Amino acid sequence: MSRIEKHPILRVERKEPFQFTFAGRPLTAYPGETIAAALFASGIRIFGHHPKDDSPQGLFCANGQCAQCMVIADGVPVKSCMTPVKPGMRVEPLDGLPELPDVKEPPPLHQIETIEVPVLILGGGPAGLSAAIELGKRGIRALIVDDKDRLGGKLVLQTHKFFGSHSAVYAGTRGIDIAAKLEEEVRGYPTNEVWLNSTGLAVFSDRKVGILKDGVEYVLVEPEVLLVATGARERSLVFRGNTLPGVYGAGAFQTLVNRDLVKAADRLFIVGGGNVGLIAGYHALQAGIEVAGLVEALPECGGYKVHRDKLARMGVPIYTSHTIISANGRDQVESVTIAEVDERFRPIPGTEKSFACDTVLIAVGLEPVNEFYEKAVEFGFTVFSAGDAEEIAEASAAIFTGKIKGVEIARALGAEDEEVPAEWARTAEILKSRPGKVYPEEIPKEESGVFPVFHCQQEIPCNPCSAVCPLGLIRIDPADIRKRPEYIAAEVGKSCIGCANCVAICPGLAITLVDYRADPEFPTVTLAYEFAAETISVGDRVAVLATGGEPLGTVEVIGRRPNPMNPGTILVMLKAPKSYAKRIAGIRVQSPEVGDPLPEPVKRLTDDTIVCRCERVTAGEIRELIRAGYRDINAIKAITRAGMGACGGKTCTSLIHRIFREEGVPPSEVEGPVKRPLYIEVPFRAFAGAKEDGDE
Amino acid sequence: MSRGYDVVIIGAGSIGIPAGWAMGRAGLKVLVIDRFASFGQGSNKSAIGGIRATHSDPAKIRLGMRSLEIVSTWEETHGHNIEWVKGGYSFVAYRKEEEDTLKALLVTQHAYGLNIDWYGKEELLEIIPSLNPDGLIGGTFSPDDGHCSPLLLSYAMYDEAVKGGVEFRFREKVIGIDAPEGRIRAVRTDKGRYEAKIVLNAAGGWANEVGNLLGIEHPVNPESHEGGITEPVARFLSPMVVDIRPAPGSANYYFFQHRTGQIVFCITPDPPIPGFDRRETSAFLPMVSRRMVDLMPKLINLRVRRTWRGLYPMSPDGSPLVGWSREVEGYLLAIGMCGQGFMLGPGLGELLARMVTRNELSSEDREILDILSPYRPFKKEEALK
Repeated sequence: MSRIEKHPILRVERKEPFQFTFAGRPLTAYPGETIAAALFASGIRIFGHHPKDDSPQGLFCANGQCAQCMVIADGVPVKSCMTPVKPGMRVEPLDGLPELPDVKEPPPLHQIETIEVPVLILGGGPAGLSAAIELGKRGIRALIVDDKDRLGGKLVLQTHKFFGSHSAVYAGTRGIDIAAKLEEEVRGYPTNEVWLNSTGLAVFSDRKVGILKDGVEYVLVEPEVLLVATGARERSLVFRGNTLPGVYGAGAFQTLVNRDLVKAADRLFIVGGGNVGLIAGYHALQAGIEVAGLVEALPECGGYKVHRDKLARMGVPIYTSHTIISANGRDQVESVTIAEVDERFRPIPGTEKSFACDTVLIAVGLEPVNEFYEKAVEFGFTVFSAGDAEEIAEASAAIFTGKIKGVEIARALGAEDEEVPAEWARTAEILKSRPGKVYPEEIPKEESGVFPVFHCQQEIPCNPCSAVCPLGLIRIDPADIRKRPEYIAAEVGKSCIGCANCVAICPGLAITLVDYRADPEFPTVTLAYEFAAETISVGDRVAVLATGGEPLGTVEVIGRRPNPMNPGTILVMLKAPKSYAKRIAGIRVQSPEVGDPLPEPVKRLTDDTIVCRCERVTAGEIRELIRAGYRDINAIKAITRAGMGACGGKTCTSLIHRIFREEGVPPSEVEGPVKRPLYIEVPFRAFAGAKEDGDE
Repeated sequence: MSRGYDVVIIGAGSIGIPAGWAMGRAGLKVLVIDRFASFGQGSNKSAIGGIRATHSDPAKIRLGMRSLEIVSTWEETHGHNIEWVKGGYSFVAYRKEEEDTLKALLVTQHAYGLNIDWYGKEELLEIIPSLNPDGLIGGTFSPDDGHCSPLLLSYAMYDEAVKGGVEFRFREKVIGIDAPEGRIRAVRTDKGRYEAKIVLNAAGGWANEVGNLLGIEHPVNPESHEGGITEPVARFLSPMVVDIRPAPGSANYYFFQHRTGQIVFCITPDPPIPGFDRRETSAFLPMVSRRMVDLMPKLINLRVRRTWRGLYPMSPDGSPLVGWSREVEGYLLAIGMCGQGFMLGPGLGELLARMVTRNELSSEDREILDILSPYRPFKKEEALK
């Protein structure tokens, strides 16, 4: 583990480094880094030990939502993922419970301010920003509150190009660049006010929303209309060793790698073949991190096939119909054990395999952050939700539903007479649609001239290739962009000029250009490559693979050029025998031995299958109560404390529901937990009205 | 299957659970009915966990002393860890008014043999070093009082009750009480009918609704209070700290540090907030936080984790209503606990069991029942509610 020095997409700029200490050991940090990022960059992943069972604790959510990453910074217990490291800071691990520092006298206290606004938008991600743009166009004042230091939500972590509609939602543009475009537009309207580093804490029955402004000041906001665009949180999974430092969600990983520019792992293993897991694998490879494999319980990956194929072509083994058995290691992850599952998803004994890795990424699905919305509905707010907070889908869908909700809010405020156009609803539905039918690959018959080959076999909402062809030779049904691209040169009566715009923009890296004009026996294959420029040179011999990752052979790199419209994407030219030139879809970037299993499967003997990480409650304890007849999660909370820790049941509630299902209890019999504020822990100083930080 | 019971208890909360447990131990066939999905889901789980005998009337003093005995010996007797801490209670005084009130109460409290005394500023700061010394006069400290987890205590008593043969029926709403000729015959719910000659109303905030099923009005009206809990930190505070100074929007407030490190806190709104509304408001946290950090500055760095709101079933004079109904034979009342059901419950449960088994009541029992009689004339409120 170290810092990322070169990245194919992200600019690496660091200011003057400084020193801080961890447990007395001097370490280096850079301005703007969180304590957690600086510790990770120095290879430290154990931040303390849990007061209940002394288990090692480290980063988990990287999002301020839990308290797994607590450390003592200059005497004060803080969440290391949210606290910037400072020069000379003395950081100590938190072993057991922290001492509360002495304070001589209370700081000056101010009255808590209540601010009235027409529209309060919780969440400055794709949905919230798109709504703010529609409100801005109509001159409606909106306050956008976001807990991060920049707008864009999870877009700012997405280095890959987006799917969706080129015209409606910036498809073909990288997430980070979409964030910048949305922010620019939002800030262009003087009626939009943005509070960064500001967290929504609770929705109250007196129609106020509690906000921690700029990390220190508690403010009550009383909106006429509330828009909840708080995104999603990641689901967790129960298996042995599931709380070892080194096991965490794909979101945390992307934060460390793509925001903090920390090489957060040397070698990782991914659990879950949805888009989140597949993309995280790709991001890891881009950051120079090895990916030992990906496990998916279903017979096929649930994410887009192009994402799956892209990862397979990079050289990452994908194990479908497999599940994780355990993360292994004494204090942190040293290996992972997986096994094949039967048709009822039960592991088949004897099929266990283990892989050396230092990190296990859990990417087993998302659930809406909907507690604000549910409370607001209960309390009679005029409230809308958009994006993942409403329904889990791609960011492109969030951009579009946010736009729709923006118009609906304007209508609710009487500032818009026009109804939301019916075709917008249809576009939203298309963008939200799950990956569709997979067709067999059709390799064109021609062996002359130059033309694109589409290694894109599945119906997904995506059309940038058709939008960038200067001659209009690529058609995707404009009425339904889920249809696959067709090459219609014959119909149009023009020939491909070999500009490779389609190759460069394709978010799935699933288009190649095959050119027979120079050498019909060894046509030139042009493909998109998104790794550091230094890793590929003319004259190199590279292993090439077919669409799904099937090896084809080794060919020579005969040229490379950037594409000005798509910085970060290198167009690589290969000289390939005509026997398989058209089948080439990618270049292997990871050596095969990274995916080799250990000689013997590792068996984890400790039964530390944790459901509630905050309170260290095991699956066995929950199961025993369910078998004893308990059906009320509130009673299970009372008895075990599951769900009563720092995160407030954000991680374990869905796991407990899942255990109920596994035990054969119908959901109708299960009483869910009562949700209570606060949704994030905040010091008394804020509620008391102390504006200034410190006095310690 | 026989549907006849010796006693049907309405409400599996602060009173219903210990009463059921005590009656089961007395060999009675007991059914406890609650409309929520499990034990303690009404106001019981909203209790913050303080248990004291240092009240100002003899009935509550005696019940509190017995509760303390049961709770403080629970783990060695029954095995459940209920996170009991004998940390004491301290009522602090920063003004002459509170000093006078508290010192006046000491006379009654000493008369009943309570271990409580007045401590001057420096002595009190030795017991609670983190108190703001500025303006502190002193306070009372009663070392035998304490606190435990309401969730774990209720579970423990529920568990013991179930083991002792007490039946619980959850998610059942009582819709009628059959009492032909003025005698309890059965309780009807939305799911069934349960015969019994005795019904105990232990319905907390909903006690009057139960009474209305018999055509009786009980002068019990809920008021809501909000409470909260922080993250855990290393232990630095032993007693429950109570500040009875009035302030804009609130009367007293109190907090303690739980055995597992969290500070649990609560405030009494003034004017009171009547009604059944248990939805959280924006007023609570700023109101209580200002007062707490002023009293104990080091709390400023402590993170608040969760807040909640629960019902105080208020009686006209701030004391519970306990006794047999004069209107309907077999109808027993243990209502109007005024927010002290949790701490009075264990002692009161045993008294209710003695009443039901018609055992000879002691003179102390009779004195308690006299003071808490539902038919007493209501005068002024108790000083330390």
